[in-house]
Amino acid sequence: MSELNSDEVRRYSRHLIMPEVGVEGQRKLKDARVLCIGAGGLGSPAALYLAAAGVGTLGLCDFDAVDFSNLQRQVLFSTDDVGRPKLRAASDRLRGLNPNIRIVGHETMLTSANALDIFKDYDIILDGADNFPTRYLVNDACVLSGKPNVYGSIFRFDGQVSVFATKGGPCYRCLYPEPPPPGLVPSCAEGGVLGVLPGVVGTIQATEVIKLILGVGDPLIGRLLLFDALQMKFRTLKLQRDPNCPVCGDHPTVTKLIDYEIFCGITPPAKTADQGKVSADQEMTVSDLKARLDQRNVFLLDVREPREWEISHIEGATLIPLGELPKRLAELPDPTTGPEIVVQCKSGVRSAKAVNLLREKGYTRVKNLRGGILEWIARVDPSLHTY
Amino acid sequence: MATTVFIPTPLRPFTDQQATVQVAGASVGEVLQNLVTVHTELRNHLFGADGKLRSFVNVYVNDEDIRYLKKEQTPISANDTVSIVPSVAGGSPEVRQ
Repeated sequence: MSELNSDEVRRYSRHLIMPEVGVEGQRKLKDARVLCIGAGGLGSPAALYLAAAGVGTLGLCDFDAVDFSNLQRQVLFSTDDVGRPKLRAASDRLRGLNPNIRIVGHETMLTSANALDIFKDYDIILDGADNFPTRYLVNDACVLSGKPNVYGSIFRFDGQVSVFATKGGPCYRCLYPEPPPPGLVPSCAEGGVLGVLPGVVGTIQATEVIKLILGVGDPLIGRLLLFDALQMKFRTLKLQRDPNCPVCGDHPTVTKLIDYEIFCGITPPAKTADQGKVSADQEMTVSDLKARLDQRNVFLLDVREPREWEISHIEGATLIPLGELPKRLAELPDPTTGPEIVVQCKSGVRSAKAVNLLREKGYTRVKNLRGGILEWIARVDPSLHTY
Repeated sequence: MATTVFIPTPLRPFTDQQATVQVAGASVGEVLQNLVTVHTELRNHLFGADGKLRSFVNVYVNDEDIRYLKKEQTPISANDTVSIVPSVAGGSPEVRQ
């Protein structure tokens, strides 16, 4: 095992005096290699605490750039980092925090083709992904390579944490054999997350990683921790390894990585595009809409959520969130005698779905506002707030 | 006899934002059927077109997964709680375009 230098002894003194860590535990941390999937809401606090704790090799896998809207929760980044590649900004921050450790950047999308190769240089994987295909990919790659998967997931005020894919323990597929079909779980239009929630969940993941490295306490193996920030309640539910699990069961049928986009029903892209797209003749530009609104011969339907409406909306629009549209058709003008309907959302995807839905219901004079309110703000009314 | 059912945040829009709902029933199946009878929009999120519980929605009685008990026939007794735990993917979900 690696020795600690005198800087490290001073830096980690609060660890060294704990019987559960001590010099030996700190040397285990120094020799440990942990990979964080995603340098986002969960990866930020996790990476900061793992770096501070002295995890010797810390890998980060992400390919995004820092966006202004990330700063509400992604505490790895500062305002000056906006626009920079996340891995470069994260490396600077983590090296500043602890120059004794090695930061390894994997600036790529994790795929079935590269996952096992990336994982091979690590002991523990921390899953802070933000989508189902990556969740299943990380899980299966962990099972196949025999590395623990410290899993965390968040939605609005709820968090879930567990430790999957340890020897004899359950995996993510034992908990959820299949992902929900795209669009059914209300996470898109009604998304959003309390900024501090990934802070809580990501630090719990980091805690579990450190416990696994040290070999102390009871890790969340075979248990799912649920955190409800609104009620401020933690609960744990029991998980069992499913002997029929296709990946970690007694007779596995998944013995190599598969196409997780297809598994999650996301490809072919044409399928989702169909629902979220309309033909060019069913679109209206923002300048045409401006003219039509000035002439008052159009019904502008905004299908975003009320919170988005509060941030900004186009004067004269009527708000009916997409999810409520099917049962609120009575609030629309008569399909034959009323004015033409133009549907609008943030950027034009949800409104295209609404246009297709209204056409199915017999509304023939319906158009989609191309580019949504973002385009309207860019070209017609820059006084409105973008988000 | 009413049982407390824990509703996770993704499904609270369909229970008037209530975090817990009191529902009667002697088995998990009865409790869930009574739940979706009162909160009709939940049905599509909990049950598929075939009437079966969706595979990405887990149901627990106290801290036990009903898949390892008697599934929807799992009996409910006084003071038992039922939890609905759907799969959640988010690491940093954003309002979609």
